[in-house]
Amino acid sequence: MQRRELFKLMAAAPFAGAAGQLMAAPAAEGAKLLVVFLRGAYDCTSLLVPTASDFYYASRPNIAIARPGEPNGALPLDSNWGLHPALAQSVMPLFQRKQASFIAFAGTDDLTRSHFETQDSIELGQALGRQRDYRSGFLNRLAGVLGAGPVADVSPIAFTDQLPIALRGDAKAANMALAGAARAGIDARQSQVITAMYRNTPLAQPVAEGFQVRDEVMRAVQAEMDAASRNAMSAKGFELVARRMALLMRERFDLGFVDVGGWDTHVGQGGARGYLANRFEELGRGVAGFAQEMGDEAWRQTVVVVISEFGRTFRENGNRGTDHGHGTVYWVLGGGLSAQAGGRVVGEQQALSQATLFQNRDYPVLNEYRAVFGGLFRRMYGLSPAQLERVFDGVAPKELQLV
Amino acid sequence: MLHLGRLCMVSAAMALAACTTGSPRTDPPPLTALNRVADNPATQLQWLDRVTWGANASSQAELSRTGLARWMGDQLKPQPLPLPPAAQAQIDAMTLSRTPLDQLVIGLEAQRKAADALPDEEQKKAARQAYQQQLNGLVREAQQRFVLRALYSPNQLQEQMTWFWMNHFNVNLRKGNIRALVGDYEENAVRPHALGKFRDLLGATLHHPAMLRYLDNAQNAANRINENYARELMELHTLGVGGGYSQADVQELARVLTGVGVSLQPADAPPPNVRPAVRAGYVRQGLFEFNPNRHDYGPKTLLGQPILARGLAEADEALDRLARAPATAHFISRKLAVYFVADEPPPALVDRMAAAFTRSDGDIAVTLKALFESPEFAASLGRKFRDPVHYVMAGVRLAYDDRVALNVTPMLNWINRMGETLYGHETPDGYPLNEAAWASAGQMNTRFEIARAIGANGAVLFRTDDKAPLEKPSFPQLAESRAVLAMQGGLSAETREALAGAKNPQEWNTFLLASPELMRR
Repeated sequence: MQRRELFKLMAAAPFAGAAGQLMAAPAAEGAKLLVVFLRGAYDCTSLLVPTASDFYYASRPNIAIARPGEPNGALPLDSNWGLHPALAQSVMPLFQRKQASFIAFAGTDDLTRSHFETQDSIELGQALGRQRDYRSGFLNRLAGVLGAGPVADVSPIAFTDQLPIALRGDAKAANMALAGAARAGIDARQSQVITAMYRNTPLAQPVAEGFQVRDEVMRAVQAEMDAASRNAMSAKGFELVARRMALLMRERFDLGFVDVGGWDTHVGQGGARGYLANRFEELGRGVAGFAQEMGDEAWRQTVVVVISEFGRTFRENGNRGTDHGHGTVYWVLGGGLSAQAGGRVVGEQQALSQATLFQNRDYPVLNEYRAVFGGLFRRMYGLSPAQLERVFDGVAPKELQLV
Repeated sequence: MLHLGRLCMVSAAMALAACTTGSPRTDPPPLTALNRVADNPATQLQWLDRVTWGANASSQAELSRTGLARWMGDQLKPQPLPLPPAAQAQIDAMTLSRTPLDQLVIGLEAQRKAADALPDEEQKKAARQAYQQQLNGLVREAQQRFVLRALYSPNQLQEQMTWFWMNHFNVNLRKGNIRALVGDYEENAVRPHALGKFRDLLGATLHHPAMLRYLDNAQNAANRINENYARELMELHTLGVGGGYSQADVQELARVLTGVGVSLQPADAPPPNVRPAVRAGYVRQGLFEFNPNRHDYGPKTLLGQPILARGLAEADEALDRLARAPATAHFISRKLAVYFVADEPPPALVDRMAAAFTRSDGDIAVTLKALFESPEFAASLGRKFRDPVHYVMAGVRLAYDDRVALNVTPMLNWINRMGETLYGHETPDGYPLNEAAWASAGQMNTRFEIARAIGANGAVLFRTDDKAPLEKPSFPQLAESRAVLAMQGGLSAETREALAGAKNPQEWNTFLLASPELMRR
């Protein structure tokens, strides 16, 4: 085996017990978390390019991203990995400032390779192999745990037109799509009358919450409009949404969720340029815009985690695309990432060769998502084992020292 | 729709239950039994709200005249019936109605290529925009046509089922030229089979270029396998996830489907140069093409059994196997029960429907008949949360009854605002059909805005020019509707209190349409 095909095992040695808590004094009260779900199983191998692997270049004769230094090549991250060049202006500067990190070989043990099954099971965050409880998503359980102790008044929101499964559950959670935030036609008195109509129905809470969030969003968008000379005005698509999310999370919400679609690239996904590159560029601009709009102070207390249901086949298929795979790459961004994570590729890793592919097809999962999120939540919020157990039952948190 | 009368709801359920309990036979009771429980206007409204796109006074009069049993029979076996002339005229004027699909799509393809070939950048940009606008125009026509039929077709159940199957066999308008294909997909692949045999419907979707493009099978060829359609065909269209297939079955089905694709060659173009041994297997029907050169003729095994046929017939053999699998009967029956009964439908009902599905070789009308005759159905009336499309259709049908809208674009915009754009779901699973997906805070807020749009300014539907003044009054006369009068007894005290405090008729309409009762069907 060639030396450059070997990965250094860079996994943070698993810290026993509560070592993490000793190192990072949790500041739960001001901590903010945004989860970005890339629906459609994005091709993580094009994002975090295994530039040291000849096997990668042999497996993807048409869509591989060239090595660093070559024309349109990957941006070097370390001796094994490079970043897709479409992120040169957005995520790469964050990585260089040690405000971005990638977890390779991440994901779930769910093996259906179905987008919808796997999205659901991740959002639910429950142990596999048992009856699912669709009324309880992991972010909602986190909100419940936080609201009962570490954070006085936790405010979760999904920036989507439907409430995602991750936020369904007992804790109150709002949702509001931001792309087309329109003027309100229902006035304050009418809102009160309608709220009263629902007071004895199961929909009383979402109705009241909806009016309240509408008013918050209107104020934030109005503030954005008033600041007519700012960058945000020219933003479009996901970047516009991301900047608005930042306005709202900076001022009002501390737990956010958004999803971004368009990643199911079975055909013609492109390489350094093309369809997938354009998605990456748009996403990167959104993430960087979010960081900028938060401002230095809030950004230091914010963690953004970008996830997807699974990765794609390691080899390209017959149509210069990729099919459904298994392990993927998560992104972790924030102004307060630890020195062990910021500007690094973290988590358990292994050499990439045909022999180490999972089912001779895709990445194995070495960093199970519930363990990874569990470890993150413990450090972000200082959660006790009992509190973590309520969010992810039966999981031993994995200590990646992300913050 | 309304919580009318817990009394009549319960009595309806009990009367039906009485027909079935204590009897050893497994056959459902005859539909005539339904007439006994459906002789009051409030119950009729509830049935209409579930079986049609929304109750109104004229459909209630029709049901009352026909009797519920015969009316249901007609709905399950739709005859070609005309739309009101004012609606049909709008459809007849559409490009979609006047141009055959292959001609339309081949012409557009030529237009796209010509645009790309223009040397001048400015001209190229303008030509590409013109091409995109043509596609946008075609999908808008398809959306408008769908809305007109949903509002005014006498075959209301067929229209509801057309939406259901379009969602089940979802394609997405944002991919490639699907905007040009989706209208024909609905018209010729889905609607004719919406109440027919599931196997025919499945076959029709497989033979349509919209599906072959959307799930990339047009690109699936021997030694250049693309698994996308094969996987969703089993996971979403037939067996359901956990329905007993493996990753190996996905790969085998993908091989079965190699060569099944699309041709944009003119209809009279000579066939491609197919090698002699399999030349007879070449098929071209409209834009559909099976190209033996691209097919993998090797032996295959699907779900534990070999595929014996050769060429395109392999796909038929595979579809037969999938359509007749017990997992499919159960998966489809459950999804129908979610659509028509409850988010968590009673397992016993689903089992009976699956038995009817299997017994009738996948006859959708027979399966639905088992559903509509069940006590579970009667007991569920008024409780199923409306998704956005149902909410908008029901609001407009109630507000304006059979007065034909001349511009349904505002309705399309309302549906878009609530996140359920027609043909707009990006992924092949289609829109969710359960309450949790559509009853969130942001959704409810948007719904109230739509209630106001219909209730206070609904006359936008009768203005063909956006700049023309609105007729006066610019809102519907909901309080005077016989249907609304019939349902008022079922409104909660809170809703009646809100209505009593309304400052004007527009606000009265808005509060009624925004009420908890109108959120359900």
